[in-house]
Amino acid sequence: MKLGRVSQQGIVFAIFLAMFAGFAFFLHGFATTANMLALLQNVAVLGILGLGMAIVVIGRGVDLSLIATLAVPPGLVLQTVQDGSSLPLALTAALALAIVFGLVNGWLIAYAEVPALFTTLATGLFLAGLGQALLFKLDVVQWSSGLDGFEKLGQGVVLGIPMPIIVFALACVGIGLLLTRTRIGAYIYAIGDNPFGARTTGIPVRPTIVLQYVIAALIGCLAGLVMAASVNSMPTRIYNSTWIYDVILVVVLGGIGLSGGRGGVLNVVIGTLLIGTLLNGMTIMDMSYSAQNLIKGMVLLAAVIADSFLNPRNEETAQQGDI
Amino acid sequence: MQEAIVRFKSRFWPDHLLGEILSKRWTETAIPVIVLLVVGFALSRSIDGFLSPVALADQARQAGEIGFIVLGLSLVVIVGGIDLSVGSMFALCDFCALFCLNILGLPIPVVIVATIACGAALGAVNGLLIGYMRLRAFITTLITLIIYRSAYDLLLVDYSNRIAASFPDFPAWNFIGGGGVLGVPSVAVAYIVVAIFGHLFLTRLRPGWHITAIGGSRRSAYNSGIAVRRTIALCYVASGALTAIGALFFAARLGTVGGDVGVGLEVTVLTAVVLGGISLGGGKGSVAKALVGTLIVLLVTNGLTTLSVRGGFQRMTLAAILLVAAIIDIRWLKNRMRIISKVYVTPAYNFLPPPPPTEIGAGGPFEQNDKLRDVSLIGLGRIEAPEDVILDRHDNLYAGSRHGDIIRFFAPDYEKMEVFAHIGGQPLGMAFDRHDNLYCCIGGMGLYRISPDRRVEKATDETNRSLLSVNDDSRLRLADDLDIAPDGRIFFSEATTRYEMHEWPVEGHEARGNGRIVCYDPNKGTTRTVLRGLKFPNGICVASDGQSILFAETFRCSVSRYWFDGPKAGKVEMVLDNLPGYPDNINLASDGNYWLAIVGMRCPALDLAWRMPGFRNRMAKRLPLDEWLFPNINTGCVVKFNEKGEILESFWDLHGANHPMITSMREHRGHLYLGGIANNRIGRYKLANADPDFVQYDKRWGRA
Repeated sequence: MKLGRVSQQGIVFAIFLAMFAGFAFFLHGFATTANMLALLQNVAVLGILGLGMAIVVIGRGVDLSLIATLAVPPGLVLQTVQDGSSLPLALTAALALAIVFGLVNGWLIAYAEVPALFTTLATGLFLAGLGQALLFKLDVVQWSSGLDGFEKLGQGVVLGIPMPIIVFALACVGIGLLLTRTRIGAYIYAIGDNPFGARTTGIPVRPTIVLQYVIAALIGCLAGLVMAASVNSMPTRIYNSTWIYDVILVVVLGGIGLSGGRGGVLNVVIGTLLIGTLLNGMTIMDMSYSAQNLIKGMVLLAAVIADSFLNPRNEETAQQGDI
Repeated sequence: MQEAIVRFKSRFWPDHLLGEILSKRWTETAIPVIVLLVVGFALSRSIDGFLSPVALADQARQAGEIGFIVLGLSLVVIVGGIDLSVGSMFALCDFCALFCLNILGLPIPVVIVATIACGAALGAVNGLLIGYMRLRAFITTLITLIIYRSAYDLLLVDYSNRIAASFPDFPAWNFIGGGGVLGVPSVAVAYIVVAIFGHLFLTRLRPGWHITAIGGSRRSAYNSGIAVRRTIALCYVASGALTAIGALFFAARLGTVGGDVGVGLEVTVLTAVVLGGISLGGGKGSVAKALVGTLIVLLVTNGLTTLSVRGGFQRMTLAAILLVAAIIDIRWLKNRMRIISKVYVTPAYNFLPPPPPTEIGAGGPFEQNDKLRDVSLIGLGRIEAPEDVILDRHDNLYAGSRHGDIIRFFAPDYEKMEVFAHIGGQPLGMAFDRHDNLYCCIGGMGLYRISPDRRVEKATDETNRSLLSVNDDSRLRLADDLDIAPDGRIFFSEATTRYEMHEWPVEGHEARGNGRIVCYDPNKGTTRTVLRGLKFPNGICVASDGQSILFAETFRCSVSRYWFDGPKAGKVEMVLDNLPGYPDNINLASDGNYWLAIVGMRCPALDLAWRMPGFRNRMAKRLPLDEWLFPNINTGCVVKFNEKGEILESFWDLHGANHPMITSMREHRGHLYLGGIANNRIGRYKLANADPDFVQYDKRWGRA
C-alpha cells in the first residue's frame, strides 16, 4: 500500500461525512437524536441483509436470493402461527427452511459448479414461487395474536435504542467475530482470494462455500423476522422489488470488492450509513421516490468513479471472469 | 473368420467419426438445443395449437424483441462483462420512440434513427465507464440500471398521459409492430438479418475475433495489440443499440408506456444468455447459443402462461428447468474434452505378413552388418533433429533442426555452420528446384520455399477440403517429404490428417489410413490432394520415367509407385511389400536405384496388436498414453532398392552407436549423408563404387 492511497471505504466514509455534515447544517430536523435513531432503524434491515451478502461476496460469490429468504421463511412463521401452530414450532420450521435453502444454494454452487449469479437467481425465483404457490394464502401475510410479544424484535426499545439497531449491532459483532476470529472466517477469505489456491492448500473449499450460503440464508431469515416484527406483517411481494440491488450496493460501496477476499463488517456498516443518510436526507427534503433513486444512483456512480481513479484496476493481476 | 469380421468392421464402420464430430465447436451447443427440443415437444403435446402458425408468429414476435436484447447482452458477456441495465434501457428507448412519434410527431425513419441513437447513447455511458474508465461491469450497470429506471419513472410522470392520449396511425409503424413478410413477423425478419450478420461478425470478421479474444484473456489481447478499451466500450454501445431495436418493435406493437415496462427484463435476458451456454466470464459464445437460449426462456414462460399455471408454480417450474438445464450444460462442457480424448483414438485393422529375416546368418538382402560403424560425424552435439539432409551444387550441407531453423554446414570440412533460414516450425523433407530454391516440408506449417538469398516464403499450407470428411482437412497438419517433378510440380506427403506432428506415435497406434499425397503446382499456385487413405505416407521420390513417384507408407511397411502422368496416370502399384521395418525417406542413388531409410524395425508384439483393433482400443481408453504400444524407432538401417522391387544392399549400424535411427539419407559425390529425427549429428559414409560427381538435383535438372 502506497502512502496517500485512499481506499474505497475511505472515500465512501468521506462522502458520508460530507453529506452528513451538509444535511446537518442545511436540513432542519436532521441532526436530532430522534432522526438519527429513525435513520438507523430504517436501514437496519438493509444492513443485516448486507452482512449476509458480505459473507458470500467475500467468498467470491453473490447471493441474489437473499430477498426470497427475507420474505419466505419469516412469512412462513406468520402463516403457520396464524394457522394455529405455536411460535417456537413456527420458528423452527422457518429456520429449517432457511437452512435447507442455503444448503441447496451451496450445493449447486460448490458441487454442481453452476455460477453463483445464476444459481441464486433461479433458486430465489423457486423459493418465491414456492411461497406464493404452496405456503401463503395472501400476498401480504398478516400478523396474528399468537405472535404477541414477538413484535418486540422490531418495535421494542432497549435503553432508548430501537430493537432493529440492536439486532444489527449484534449481527455485526457476530459476523465480525466469525470472519476475523475463527478458522472458518480465514477459510472464507482464502477462498475469495484464490479458490484454486485454497483448494490446493487443503482448505475444504466446497463445504465452506456451502456454509457461506447457509449463513447468508439464516441472516436473510433474521432480517425478515425483524422486518415482519416492525411492520406487523410480511409483504411477500417484496421479492419483486429491486431491493436486492440496494443490498449489493451497500456491500460493494462499503468496499467489499466483488472479486472476493477483501473487506469486512466495517465496510457493510459504512455502506449502510451512506445509503441511510442519503435516503433520510432526501426524505426530509420531500423528494419523490424516483428522484431519490436518481440521486442515489448518481452518488453511487460518483463513488465508484472516484474509487476507480484512486485505485485503478491492475490489468496484470485482474482475474479472468471478474465482472 | 473372426479376423475377417474385424477387418471388415475396421474398414467400413466409421467409428472414428464420433470423436471428430464431438471435436467440433458446435457440439458445445448440443445440450441447450436438446433442452429446447424437449421443452418444445413437451409443450406442443400439452397445449393445443401450440405449433399453429398464429401461435408461432406470436412467439416469433416476442422472441424477436427479446432476441435483440439477448444478442446485445451476449456480445457484452462474450467480451467479459455484463450489462444489467438492459431492462431500464429498454424502457427508456420505448419511451423515446413513443415520445418522438406521439408527441413530437416526427416521421417514422427519424423515430427509428432517434431511438437507436438513444439506445446507443445509453450504452455508450456504460461503455465509457466500463471500457475506458475500467469500472467493474456488474456494479456499474447495476447503478445505471437504477439511474435509467428512475429517469424513466420521472419522465413517465410528465408524459405518460400525453403519450397514451394519442393514437398515431401510420402504415409503416403498424408494419413494424404487427406486419410481416409472407407470414413471418417483421421483427423476426429483422432479427434473422441481424443474427446472420452477427454470426458472420463473430466468426468471420476481425472485430468479432477481437471481442472473443478479449473475453478469453483480456491481458493477452492487450499485449497482442488489440484496442481493448475501445472494443469493450463498443460492445456496450452495441448492447444499447440492439436493446433499442427490440424496444422499437415493442413500442410499435403495444404503443404503451407503463411503469413496469422492462422491469426484471435483465433477469430474463441473462437467463437466456446463460441457458444458451454463453459462459459468464467471457470468451465463449455464439449467435446460435443466444438464439437457442432466447427460445427456451420464451417457450417456457409463454407455455406456462398458456397452461394457466398459477404464478407460484410457474416460477418454480421455470426455476427448476433453468437449474437442471444449467447443471447438465455445465457438466457437458466440463467433460466434453474428456469424452473426446476417450473416443478420438480409434485403432484400425492393419495386417502384415511375417517379416523377412534380418538376423546375421539368415541370409537375404536385409541381413545385418556393421557397415555404418565407420561413418564420420558432422555437427555432433551442435544440431538437433536433422530429419532430412540435402547438399547443394557447392557441396554445402543443409539440415533442419528442432528449433525451427535450417542449418547450413559449409564445405569442405563441414565444421563451420550457420542458420541458413529461420522458419519457426520443424523442417522435414527438402528438395531443390530448377532455380536452386530450397523447398521444405515444415511439420505443422506446410510447404515452404527458401530462395538462394534466404528469403522464406510460404508455398502452400492448405489443399482442397474433402467433401465428406468431418474434420476440416484443408489445412496441412504434417507435411512430411517431397520431390519435384520435371515440370516443376511438387508432390509431397502429409502423414496424417487426424493428429498433430508430435502425436505421430498415436497415429502409429491407430494405424488407419489417415495420410495423403498432395500436389502443389507453383506455376498455377494451386494445391490438390491426389491420393488419400494412405497409412502414414512418408518418403517421396520422382521415379526414373519422370511420370511417377515412389512413396513409402511407414505403417504399411511398403513402398508404392503412383503415376501422375503418361499412359498409367492415376494408377498405384506396389513396389516393395512387407518390409522388416518402417520405411521413411526415399532418395535417388547415383546408379539409378533408390535409397530408402528404415527408421525402426517391426516387432511381433505390435504386428499382432495391429491385427487386433479392439485390443488397442481398450488400451487407448484405459491406459495412459505413454503405456500404449507404439512402433519402435530406435534401430534401423538404410537399404538400396530398384524400381522392380528388389532390395540390392543394406547398411546397418549394429552397435547403435552412431546412427541408431535413420530417417533420411542423401548421396552426394561418393558419400552418403545420414540424418535422423532423434539424432544430434549427421553421418557421412564413404560409398564404394559410387559416382564421385553425383549431385542429385543437378542430375535431375540436367546440369551435370
